[in-house]
Parts: sequence; structure tokens; C-alpha cells
Amino acid sequence: MLENLPILSLLIWLPIIGAGLIVFGSGQKQKQVTQWIALITAALTFALSLFALNEFDSSRYYLQFVEDKSWIESFGIDIRYSLGVDGISLPLIVLTSLMTMIVIISSWNNIKLRVSHYLAAFLVMCGLMNGVFAATDAILFYVFWEAMLVPMFLIIGIWGGPNRIYATLKFFIYTFFGSVFLLIALIYLGNQADSFNLFKMHSMVINADVQLLLFFAFLIAFAIKVPMFPVHTWLPDAHVQAPTGGSVILAAIMLKMGTYGFLRFMLPIVPDASLEMANVMIVLSLIAVAYIGFVALAQSDMKKLIAYSSIAHMGFVTLGLFISFSLLAESHVDAAIMGIQGALVQMISHGFISGALFLCIGVLYDRMHSRNIDDYGGVVNRMPKFALFFMIFAMANSGLPGTSGFVGEFMVILSSFQVSFWIAAVSGLTLILAAAYTLWMYKRVMFGDVANDNVAVLKDLNGRENLVFIILAAMVMFLGLYPAPLLDVMAPSVQHLIDCNLVSKLSPEGMCS
Amino acid sequence: MADSANFSIISSEIFILIALCTIMIVDLFQRDKERRLTYMLTQITFITLFILGVQDLGIERQVGFSGHWVIDQFAVVLKIAIYVAAFISLLYARPFIRERNLMRGEYYLLTLFSVLGMMIMVSSSSLLLVYLGLELLSLSLYALVALQRDSNQASEAAVKYFVMGGLASGFLLYGISLVYGVTGTILIEDIASYLAINKANLMIQFGLVFIVVGIAFKFGAAPFHMWLPDIYHGSPSSITAYISSVPKIAVFGLAFRILEGSFGSALEHWAPMIMIVAMLSVILGNVIALVQTNLKRMLSYSAIAHIGYFLLGLSVGTDEAYAASMFYIIVYALMTLAGFGIIIFMSSDKKDYQEISDLRGMGRYHPWYALMFTLVMISMAGIPPFIGFWPKLEIFKILVTNDHIVAAVVAIAFSVVGLVYYLKVVKEMFFVDASESPNVSDSRSLKIALSVNCLLLLMFGLMPDSIYQYCLSAFASLN
Repeated sequence: MLENLPILSLLIWLPIIGAGLIVFGSGQKQKQVTQWIALITAALTFALSLFALNEFDSSRYYLQFVEDKSWIESFGIDIRYSLGVDGISLPLIVLTSLMTMIVIISSWNNIKLRVSHYLAAFLVMCGLMNGVFAATDAILFYVFWEAMLVPMFLIIGIWGGPNRIYATLKFFIYTFFGSVFLLIALIYLGNQADSFNLFKMHSMVINADVQLLLFFAFLIAFAIKVPMFPVHTWLPDAHVQAPTGGSVILAAIMLKMGTYGFLRFMLPIVPDASLEMANVMIVLSLIAVAYIGFVALAQSDMKKLIAYSSIAHMGFVTLGLFISFSLLAESHVDAAIMGIQGALVQMISHGFISGALFLCIGVLYDRMHSRNIDDYGGVVNRMPKFALFFMIFAMANSGLPGTSGFVGEFMVILSSFQVSFWIAAVSGLTLILAAAYTLWMYKRVMFGDVANDNVAVLKDLNGRENLVFIILAAMVMFLGLYPAPLLDVMAPSVQHLIDCNLVSKLSPEGMCS
Repeated sequence: MADSANFSIISSEIFILIALCTIMIVDLFQRDKERRLTYMLTQITFITLFILGVQDLGIERQVGFSGHWVIDQFAVVLKIAIYVAAFISLLYARPFIRERNLMRGEYYLLTLFSVLGMMIMVSSSSLLLVYLGLELLSLSLYALVALQRDSNQASEAAVKYFVMGGLASGFLLYGISLVYGVTGTILIEDIASYLAINKANLMIQFGLVFIVVGIAFKFGAAPFHMWLPDIYHGSPSSITAYISSVPKIAVFGLAFRILEGSFGSALEHWAPMIMIVAMLSVILGNVIALVQTNLKRMLSYSAIAHIGYFLLGLSVGTDEAYAASMFYIIVYALMTLAGFGIIIFMSSDKKDYQEISDLRGMGRYHPWYALMFTLVMISMAGIPPFIGFWPKLEIFKILVTNDHIVAAVVAIAFSVVGLVYYLKVVKEMFFVDASESPNVSDSRSLKIALSVNCLLLLMFGLMPDSIYQYCLSAFASLN
């Protein structure tokens, strides 16, 4: 019976149904009940995603848990409700489900205003994000991709900080602007392929000029989401104003959608244009890692600092993705695989690390109602347990070996060495920058004498917060010390991507059938 | 030509005319201030018409009355959409007109008359009959707008509407007369067969310009849009909801009958005009709506923008494109009703709350309705999975397949501009703090109608096939 379970549909719809159950319970009396229902739904979703991971046959590259139903027939080209995961998307689904559960646990006592709506918004988000990663029909993908903006818009706008309206409008309009270009590209491709199936689009012959146009359409959509320099300006605003849970989901998962889009659409559909533009993309990525690193150094707001560090770390992901083109051009296939795998590991690892760091800041903010670094100092004297966890995540953020932050960045730097010493040198240099801004912040917040009376009365982590941080720290350490399971899940899909999809699409030669 | 008096093909029209006369007489003898019986009878008429219409679905094309009258799937689908939209608009209207002392039998009768006019418009196959239907519709609407006699704004709107509407009808009629002068016939099919043999000469092109201008006037498409915001703003809200949604469906019927029916082979003469009008409407509507602070005016400009998107489909001129336009106009009517439903929901008998800032605190005090209004706004902005997204997608797709890439890019870029003002409404409801609750109606029927209307936007959004397949079938049966 379990074999026939529509697992991906459940991963999408279970949280949304859960949200439907709790959205009406707005009174104070129902608060406990809604929280428990939300937690149980999220936990069930996470359990399902683990079950999917367990059942997943990681020796194969092709799609698994496939569901394919007719959805909209009258549009000339069938729009289908088709889902499926491979080694690239499944880890992201597990990450999404886990982080949603963590957000729900961590917001247990912090949100005072309209708890049920808050939790419902996150559950809806979870379902829609799973949908983005699971959809294999381009229009279905787009539907999830856009619909996802609405709950996030509300989360930042209702529960955010003082400047939330500006931030959330900027976030929504920026991303919507990007997505409409994606829509035109998808319509064009759908017409050419006579199908919106993603994988049919992968095996299309497209001439060079059209590829370039499609490339820019995809670039606008996905670069805004990642975000890449110079369209990153919405991110610091959104992060600073979002409530803790919003920041966590934004950093841990929504940013990954941009790079996931690169992997699913841009690289396989327009490889020749990507190759042509690879150098530009590499330079943009390097600007992101280096320049944004310096910007992060100058921040006095902790959340803003971590937001900028996110942009820098996502720069590694785009670097890994586009360096692989330069490598393939010189037929360093193994190094190209390593670059893409490194990018994928970095996506997952950054999900945990940035999420954890935003939670750390959330813990401090709940107690002190300030994100300003200058308001802190000597917190370690009052919160030793918290200091330990914060240290682990800060170290991971600066890429210390033994944490997950190291693995992805190391792989990307290693493979970029094959292309040019200077690319490797610049990106390696930023590891020092990352250490500098993260640890300097850590020093100013945590070490020294107790800075003021507010710090003096701080209470250490409670059981709930401990639980959250233990889970995240365990994930960070586990992936850092033993990344093999993750790499194994990804390997066949990445291999297939390199062998079949990153080849020239100018003529049918060389494409796998 | 078919037999001259086949009454079975005008059974719906005969029914509504009899019902109308009966209701008029019944209303005369009513002492009930609430006009409950009139209202019930009117709604029953619409329900019956709806049932009659559903039975007619899939009908073979039949022409009668010396070729002046036609009934086909196209007419049936549009008529059903008109009944449903008129039904919903009366549901909204009732609590509103009760508070404004508009609770008179005329309100319902004029609605019925205008619906009869619209039925004639979508079902006629001669230029004269189309025009008669249009005039019946327009005269009823002028009177409806003027119904609130003690309001200066409404009277002003009625006069403006009358003058502008008269001008538009004049343009249309002049165009028709020029075409008649050249072809010697007013039958749509005969004009088409004339044009199949002869080329469209200068006089016909001249006539076409006037016809297109007349149609653009009736739609309120830029640059013939100036009357629209003033009249939508000035009319009582329940009437605005009606005149901004239902007649557009019928005008689409008229535009299709004339432009495609008669001048299908002269596509190259009128399609570029429509394209220009459409692009201007999309640009102007969206940009001007940005700076509006009055919700009613904002929705009026957004209506202009929607009409622009819809006309883009019409200007492509393939069956698929007409189907997409039809889909758009039906969805637009559904969304517009919900949009003005919000304004009706917020007004009280003392004051019309129409400013966007009047929505403040909605999210805090009435979260359910705030959520419903968010659905409407997001749907109008064209964000999936709501219904507003699908016709837009289809229009964009058709523009891309027919190599109107520039039009597609402009349309899409301005839908981003459109998003900004729709989000402004959501912002006011949810994000701006308010110390007191906004005014909302306590009529239960209105609450239910509004919630159902808004949830339909989501439901149809998940199953767009359920509307679109009928639009497609309307054009499949034409060939």
C-alpha cells in the first residue's frame, strides 16, 4: 500500500490542509490547539519527506514518485499536474519540511499577534515550496512559484518590523517583476515543445540567438530570487523587517529556489548561451562573494549582517554552477561534477546555517528587542549554552572544516582551481572575509564584560530553544563530517545533468534520447 | 435564408419579456416597502433563464427572422454568463439600495430591461438589431444611474453617461450607415459574403473606423475612456458593480458579431486599430490607477487596464484568441463584481466609505473578509492559482504564438505595474495599524454572496477548464 502512496502530493497538500484547519481558530483559547495542530502537521510532513528519502533509489538518475494527471486540457497545450523528484530536488524538499517544523517550534511563545494566521501562513508556504521543488510541469512550477509569494508577503507585512511595508512591497514587486519574464520564456518554450513538460524542454534544439534571449529571461527571474549582485537590494530590507520565522524560511529555502531554477531551467535548456555568458556570471558571483563580504563587514545590525552574508554564500552556489561550464569546455568532467555538487551541498548547508543564525538572532531579539550589535556585549556570561550553539553556527558560516559550510565551499573552490588560479584565489580569500565578519560580530556580541543592565538579566535557552538548536547543530556537524550520504543521493542526477543536458543544444547531436 | 418566424429560437427573450411585464404589474400593486416579491420574482426569472440557457448548451447554429436573429453556442454561453453576473449583482444591490431609499421596483425592472437588451445584442445577426439591443441596454443603464435622484454626484454621472453614451452610439450608427451604403445590406452574413468577393474599399474602411471607435467607447478603452472613471465613481456603488461588469460581456458579443461576423475577412483593417487601443488602455489604465486614493476610481482605472488585456486577445483575430478574450471578459465580470462588492460591503447608510484608507483595520477586525478581498486583489493582479491568472496566461500565450512579442512584453510589464496598486489595497487592510474597525455591512446575504463570489475566484482558479472549455466550444461550433 505504501508504494502507491502519492507521496509528493501529500507533501504539498498536507500542510495546506493543516493550515485550512487552523486558520479559523483565532481566539486566545484556541491558541494551544492551533499550535499543536500546526506542529503535528509539520512533523507529519517532515516524517513523510524522510520516508520519501528512505524510499528513494539513489542509484538512479531519473524521476521517482512520479505523479502525472491531466489538469487543464483546454489551453491547447496540456497543462498537467505532474510531480516527481530526483536527487537534486529531494534534499531540498526534506530541508523545506524540516525548516518549517523548526520555525513552528521556535515561534511557540514569541508570536503574540494572531498566532493561528501566522502558523497557517507558514504551513501554506511549506506546501507551496514543496510544490516548487516537486513540479515537473513548467506551468505548475510557475503556479507554485508565484503563489508562494503571497504568504511571504503577508508574513513580512503583518508580523514584521517597523519598516515592514516598504520591505514587503519591495520584496513582492521585485520578485514578481522577475517572474513575468520567466513566464514569457516558459510560454515560448511550451509552444516550441508543444508541451509544458520540463524534461521535454531539456531535449529541445534551440538556436543560439533564441537561447540568449531565453537566458536573459531566466536570468532576471532567478538572479533576483538568489539574489545575485546587483539585484540583491531587496534581500537586506526583507530580512531585517521580517519576523524571525520569515527570515529563516527566506534565507533557508526561498533563496535556494533561484539556484534551483538555474539548475532546472537555465543550465539544461540554454547551455550554449550559459556557456557564452559563463564568464559574466562567474564575475558577478565573485563580486557577490567579495564585495558583499566587505559590505557585511560594515553592518551594525546583526540581521543585516547575516542577510549580506547570505548573498555572499549564495555567490558560491552560482559560482559552482557556472564554473562547471568553463570546466566542461576544457573537458574537465570530474571537476565540473564537483563544482555542481559543491553548489548543491552549499545550498543545503546554507539552508541550515543561515536558518540557525537567524534563529540565534531571534533568540537575542526576543529577550532584548534589539538587533543592534552595539547593544550587546558579554552575553556569554549570562547565556553559556546559547554561546556554544551560536559559536558552532558562526564557525560553520565562516567555513570551518568539520562543519557543513566547509564542504560545499571547498568543493567549489577546488573545482574553480581547474579553471583559473585567480578565481580560486578570490573566492578563497572570501572565506577569510566570512570568518572576519561573522567572528567579529560574535566577539562584539558575546565576549567581553557584561555590557549593560539589559544583558545582565538575560536568561539562557529554554528547553524548546535547546531542541531546535540541537537539531540544527547536529545537521551542520553531520553534513560537515560525513557528507557522503547527501552526495550519494545527488550523484546520479548530477552525472545525468552533465552527460545529457549540459551538452550543446544547437543541434540534436550528443543529446541523450 | 431560414424560415422567418421560428419562435423557438427566441424562447428565452419571450420568457424574459413576459416575466418583465408580469413583474411590472405585480410591482404596481405592492405596498411592501422592501419590494420582497419583486426581488424574488426577478431572481427567479434569472434562475429560470439560467436553466433554459444550460439546456441550450451545445445547440446547433440556427438563423431565423429573415436572417436577423441567430442562436448558437456563442450566444448561449454569453447569455448564461450575463444571467449569472446579473444575479450576483442584484444579491449585492439589495442591502445597499435598502439603505439609500432606492428600494423601488424600477431598479429591478431596469435591470431586467437591460438584460433583455444584452440578450438581443449577443444574439442578433444584423447591424440594426445589434444597435437596437445596445440602445435598450444603454437607456436602461442611464436611468439606473440616475435613479438616486437626491444625489448630485449620481445625477451628474447620469448626464455624463447619457451624453457620452449617445455620442458612442452615434459613432457606431454612422459607421453602420456607411457600411450599409456600400454593401446595401445590414445583415451581418451578407456583409461578410460581400467582402468575400469585393475588397474593403475606402468607404468601408472609413465606416470601420467609426464602428471601432463606437465599440471602444462602449468598452471604455483608452483613448475613449474619459467618461468611465467619473461615471463609475459617481453612480451608486451597486449600480457601478452592475454597469462595470455585465454590459461588458454583451459589448464583447456585439464587437465579435460585428467585427468578426461581418469584417472577418477585413481583419487587417480593424485589428491594428484594436491593438493600439488595447495597448493604450493597458498602459494608461495601469499607470493612472497607481495614483488613485479612492478605491472606486482605482477599480475604474483597473477596469480600463483589464479591457486592454481583453482587447489584445480580440485584436489577434483567431478563434483561439476570441475564446481567450471571451474567457477574459467573463472572468473580468466575476472579479469586478467582487471588487465593487467590497465597496458595497463597506458602505453604511450615512456615508459611502470608498477611500482605500477606509479599509484600514480590516485585517485586524474582520480577518475573513480581509482575506476574501485579498483573494480578489491578487486575482485581479493575475497571480496564480487564482482565476485572474489563467485568461492573462492565455492572452500572453496567444500573443507570443502569433508573433506579437512587443505587445506581450508591454502587457506583461504593465501587469507588474498593476500589481503595485492591488497590493496597496492589501497593504491598507493588513499592514497599517488602525484603532477602530472599518465600517462593514451586517447583512447576512451580502456576506454570503461576497464570500461565495471570492471563493469562486479560487475554485475556478484551480479548475479553469470549467469556464474555458465553454468559451472554446463557442468558437469550435462556429466553424
